[in-house]
Amino acid sequence: MNHSVTEPSRLQKWCAGILVVGYALVTIMPLAWIIATGFKSPGDAIAYPPKLIYEPTLEGYVNLFTTRSRATPETLAQLGPPETWYDAIVRQYDMVISGPSRYGERFVNSVIIGFGSTFLSIFLGTLAAYAFSRFKVPLKDDLMFFILSTRMMPPIAVAIPIFLMFRQLGLSDTHLGMILLYTAVNLSLSVWLLKGFIDEIPVEYEEAALIDGYTRFQAFYKVVLPQATTGIASTAIFCLIFAWNEYAFAVLLTSGTAQTAPPFIPTIIGVGKDWPAVAAGATLFLVPVMVFTILLRKHLLRGITFGAVRK
Amino acid sequence: MADVVLRGVSKAFGATVAVDAMDLSVPDGAFVVLLGPTGAGKTTTLRLIAGLERPDSGEISIGGRSVVSDTPAERNVAMVFQQYSLYPHLTVRQNLAFPLQSPLLRTPPDVIERRIREVAEVLRIAHKLDNKATALSGGEMQRVSIGRALVRKPQVFLMDEPLSSLDAKLRADLRIELKRIQADLGATVIYVTHDQIEAMTMATHVGVLDAGRLVQFGTPRAIYEAPVSLTVAQRLGQPRINTLPATLFGQAPAGAAFIGLRPEHIRQDAADGREARVTRVEHLGDQTRLHLVVDGHPVVTLADPHTPLLPGATLRIAPNDPLFFAADGTRIA
Repeated sequence: MNHSVTEPSRLQKWCAGILVVGYALVTIMPLAWIIATGFKSPGDAIAYPPKLIYEPTLEGYVNLFTTRSRATPETLAQLGPPETWYDAIVRQYDMVISGPSRYGERFVNSVIIGFGSTFLSIFLGTLAAYAFSRFKVPLKDDLMFFILSTRMMPPIAVAIPIFLMFRQLGLSDTHLGMILLYTAVNLSLSVWLLKGFIDEIPVEYEEAALIDGYTRFQAFYKVVLPQATTGIASTAIFCLIFAWNEYAFAVLLTSGTAQTAPPFIPTIIGVGKDWPAVAAGATLFLVPVMVFTILLRKHLLRGITFGAVRK
Repeated sequence: MADVVLRGVSKAFGATVAVDAMDLSVPDGAFVVLLGPTGAGKTTTLRLIAGLERPDSGEISIGGRSVVSDTPAERNVAMVFQQYSLYPHLTVRQNLAFPLQSPLLRTPPDVIERRIREVAEVLRIAHKLDNKATALSGGEMQRVSIGRALVRKPQVFLMDEPLSSLDAKLRADLRIELKRIQADLGATVIYVTHDQIEAMTMATHVGVLDAGRLVQFGTPRAIYEAPVSLTVAQRLGQPRINTLPATLFGQAPAGAAFIGLRPEHIRQDAADGREARVTRVEHLGDQTRLHLVVDGHPVVTLADPHTPLLPGATLRIAPNDPLFFAADGTRIA
């Protein structure tokens, strides 16, 4: 093949470099701000002009994970010196720790619901996409369009019917209910994305596997799935990000047992304008999606499926 | 190994009839080469036998048992695909082991290793066993794909142009090697090719397909010497058979429209022949081709490598064992 691309000039390289670095700074700014705020004291967090240099403290994190109550000087004197470092932080404000906060539970709920619905979306989506890609399904195009059409309105538009339906079915404020809901919303995306990826895997591989003595399902499992990992990984990331960040349904449908972190984090702010605790909650909340994406990163590289079938 | 019988098998894709009421009997241990132009239904025939396509009508049996409702796995056939179809996520070794590890065969690991060694040796890919299937050249991929069939002992081998992208030397070697393996195993092979040398040297039987029909089936020799039609006659022979008006050299049987002259069936020293003018002399090394013009019709024949003839020279030619065809291409004499 003849590439007629010329090497960019020094100036072009510099301009491109500056552009990329500038864009990266703009993107990373809010993230950096949130992480930084998590380590500020409440006073530093609302200081004006904003403080770039400050003394880091874990106050925000302590406040995030605990509930505290104000104690009279007499009570404090009776208690004696603080036993732990987090006790010590709280004592500065004449407070004592009265128990753990609900952030931990909410976080675990987010993990269960986020990953549960992602798994289910991928599992069902892969099977459906494979069937749509490989078999003669009656009304295939209409069905695919119908699946896509479920995504054409904002999901929250059907909030009221879903709210009533969930109440009738006893799914309100349950993990199962939220997993089903997020799966239903994500499924159209996952079927469409995965069908695109599976369409690109030449059918010859399965035919070879069928001849080699495998059943249709074994061929799917042993030959198609390993080559679809790129598509599955990227689709899973999309599904997880949606389910993880979803706020409106979570506010509407969960309160006690199945509440996820997004509706909980703003409630931390309470009366004390505790921005560091909110920032700490948001920072920790970012971690699972980041870890998940980094773990799947190597599967996002394309190019494994191409090359062993002659076109 | 087993025999393969197709009876009245038809297969259409939409409006296109790929295979049209095909009857084909492949005896046990035969090496059948299917020849035909592109779109004649050769590959579809293989896919029907393999079970990758379901016939619209007709009966297919392998080893005397009807297999029409069987899955490809149940038919126990091995196939070499024209497009290689190596599993890209596996190494060469894993590709070769794949059929042996199937639930159908469940071969013990030491046997798998031995089979892979043997096959890799024959196909000269032993040094590539630990490569990814995608990190091979086209010729190597093709050999691995042949190997994936050869590791097994199936009822029938189906091969779709397995040697097409190899270089001349390797192709010649593997032709002999495949023929030897087939003879040793007593294997039944159905083999699709465009290459007439493969057809002539490897086949015990040649089947000529045209427009989804089996036009002629017989030994390579019979197909070459006694073709049933002009299209069959044109499939074999290099250079191609010369097709000329039937009466160009005088007498022709009643109803004949064309006379077919193989290049070697032309006498060049015929005092009673027609005058021919030399237009080109091609030295191909193993043969020397003489391009002639007879009464405005081009004719190709063969000459002695040291022929003194030069373009512009004239000679007198006459047919020797000519074939005669009717206007619709059927052979009449």
